[in-house]
Amino acid sequence: MSAVWIVVIVSGIGTLALKATGPVLLGGKPLPDRLTGVVGLLGPALLAALVAIGTFADGQRLVLDGRVLGVGAAAVAIRFRAPVLLVVIIAAAVTATARALTG
Amino acid sequence: MAETSGDRGFREGAVAVVPMAVAVFGFGLSYGVLARAAGMGGVAPVVMSLTTFAGSAQFAAASVLQAGGAAATAALSALMLNARYLPIGVTVAPWLEGGFWSRLLHAHLTVDESWVIAAEGTGRWNPRVLLAAGMGLWIAWILGTLGGVLFGNVIGDPTRLGLDAAFPALFLALLVPQLRSGERVTMVAGGGGGGPVFLPPPPPPPPPPPAIAALLGAAIALALTPFTPAGVPIVAAGAACLIGLRRHG
Repeated sequence: MSAVWIVVIVSGIGTLALKATGPVLLGGKPLPDRLTGVVGLLGPALLAALVAIGTFADGQRLVLDGRVLGVGAAAVAIRFRAPVLLVVIIAAAVTATARALTG
Repeated sequence: MAETSGDRGFREGAVAVVPMAVAVFGFGLSYGVLARAAGMGGVAPVVMSLTTFAGSAQFAAASVLQAGGAAATAALSALMLNARYLPIGVTVAPWLEGGFWSRLLHAHLTVDESWVIAAEGTGRWNPRVLLAAGMGLWIAWILGTLGGVLFGNVIGDPTRLGLDAAFPALFLALLVPQLRSGERVTMVAGGGGGGPVFLPPPPPPPPPPPAIAALLGAAIALALTPFTPAGVPIVAAGAACLIGLRRHG
């Protein structure tokens, strides 16, 4: 089985298990506060890591290329509350333009 | 139970979700395009939208696979981003009716947006609104993914179009709303950005700001990049959430 399908199956089953633990198993008992605080910070930590890697990593090297300009432009768009789809398009367009001009 | 879960019904939930479903459809389009560009093929992204049904997790998995990461690290990244659904599921659990399959369906349709729409305030959730809103979002997400996969087929070299920069831009768009507060749930226009999850009353001491976890996560990921296989730095960055343990001690 390909890596892609392993990801699809493991992620699907795992996500449903996370969602259904409360409704099916726990019957509404609250989680301890400590666990809630930790889980709430997982999202920001991982998303920031994904931003950093996606902007600067090229395989195992850290580089500065057109993506920095694209993500910078996206940050400006987010600052002005642009819709997500527009943010993505701006990032791609600025990066592609930078590559076309420098390549 | 019917009285305490509010007056709104399936119809109100379906109406309330329409603007978000439109946004999620657009989000699904970009997921389909990027997943295809990341080498996931045409069918797997659609199946993943049917089953995993969580935007940020699916983008993360695609981005790890694109970088050449192993299946295990891609799946682990996705599941860590979805860890918030454990406490979110716990909040809706007391308000769900019916047997195992009904509860499982409601659990599957619980995503950030349907959870917010179905909230009645003061810790109550409306299961009929949850069902209607969740179904609307699910259909929009799947159709969007399908459209993106079909459209992505006609796109050439993804780096020439700057699509590799679209991933970090998207994650930044999902991250920013989460940095505003550690105590309220933030809503993201998409299939699920995640978030500073609810804190039940009476409020415990506030957790460390999400911004600190974010900076720490980014620093861990960049520091590990030269030394570890693709995907590992992202999973390791999840350890930054452990600062949440500190002030609750």
